[in-house]
Amino acid sequence: MRLTQGQFSFLPDLGDAEIKAQIDYALAQGWAIGIEFTDDPHPRNTYWTMWGTPMFDVKDPAGIMMEVTACRDAHADKYVKLLAFDATKGFETIRMSFIVNRPRDEPGFELLRSEGVGRRIGYALRSYATARPPAARYAARAGS
Amino acid sequence: MTALAAIENGRIDLGALYAETNIGETLDRLDRELVGLAPVKNRIREIAALLLVERARRAVGLAAEPPSLHMCFTGNPGTGKTTVARRMAEILHALGYLRRDHVVSVTRDDLVGQYIGHTAPKTKDVLKRAMGGVLFIDEAYYLYRPENERDYGQEAIEILLQVMEDNRDDLVVILAGYRDRMDTFFRSNPGMASRIAHHIDFPDYAADELFRIAELMVAGMHYRLDADAAAAMQDYVARRMRQPRFANARSIRNALDRARLRQASRLFAERGRPLDRAALETITAADIRASRVFAA
Repeated sequence: MRLTQGQFSFLPDLGDAEIKAQIDYALAQGWAIGIEFTDDPHPRNTYWTMWGTPMFDVKDPAGIMMEVTACRDAHADKYVKLLAFDATKGFETIRMSFIVNRPRDEPGFELLRSEGVGRRIGYALRSYATARPPAARYAARAGS
Repeated sequence: MTALAAIENGRIDLGALYAETNIGETLDRLDRELVGLAPVKNRIREIAALLLVERARRAVGLAAEPPSLHMCFTGNPGTGKTTVARRMAEILHALGYLRRDHVVSVTRDDLVGQYIGHTAPKTKDVLKRAMGGVLFIDEAYYLYRPENERDYGQEAIEILLQVMEDNRDDLVVILAGYRDRMDTFFRSNPGMASRIAHHIDFPDYAADELFRIAELMVAGMHYRLDADAAAAMQDYVARRMRQPRFANARSIRNALDRARLRQASRLFAERGRPLDRAALETITAADIRASRVFAA
């Protein structure tokens, strides 16, 4: 099941030229770009692992693409997303966020129901990917 | 800003293209603000012409690899290498070769780390910042230290070489330094030498050029030399050139800074009198002749 988080996630994956154009836009707005990755696609998993610090001093998409490529190479079978942080007073938050790399197989989510007192049903969402220990979640599948 | 405006029935008007890029103004400004440096200006004009023609060729569909524009500036201290690098970024940006007009100026310390594994991230970080513009490496020969075979400088050079090759349209690398030491550096790093197409030598300034530089600097700081002071300045330049550690325009800038200092203390010493605008902006012969250079 294809993960749809952040911008453009209902579109086909962006190519490098399209990603560059988006970065160019973000840099023109004066936003700082950060890169994060994870192997746990749960929608409430907000804070992914940071790939280096946000790049406050990079002025050109080519510089950001160097890091995007490096992160993709190191975490080819994980989710990688690109964030644009707006430091302007009043915003001080993420203004753009989109996925730039995803695992080859995305197993999707399981809906867990647990019955409580008085037949009350509690619902939980769990990614099939997280059934495995952290290091083996996608890597095992990639090897096979 | 398309080259298409200059095309008509397959004919290209280079003049229109020239006007459209605004490059003429940048080149004129270079002529006005930089004294002397004839060979440097010639080369910059050649490069500008090449890029202009390249644009015209692309407009009619003649594809070619973008020309390699990595450069090496050699010359003595204070001959304007850093200033020209900044101008170069503006020119290449105006001609559409570079996407940005920033210059990231670094030395060995910014590229080479202190322990194993420290150099690559440091160099890559600098390259990342420089992407899209010009990376200016001052005294580049310090990157290579032949006396220490485990020196991490070599690692920085290798990363640089790779990026110079792979990201040719993202980045222009300019190496700068003394002529003879740059030559030694290139002899021991043939890979670097072969990737640099433009070697530009910055000649030392002649006395009259230095005086014109002094005048430009004085005007830029909103000061004025009176007639005696101008003569004193010419005298100063002639004497300073013969002394050791003469650093061309940089020595002139320092001399002017010290003259400003003396002017300020002179005005301060006479503080009983009211000052007018002319007194505040005038540097007199006494301010210049008090220099150590005249004592020798």
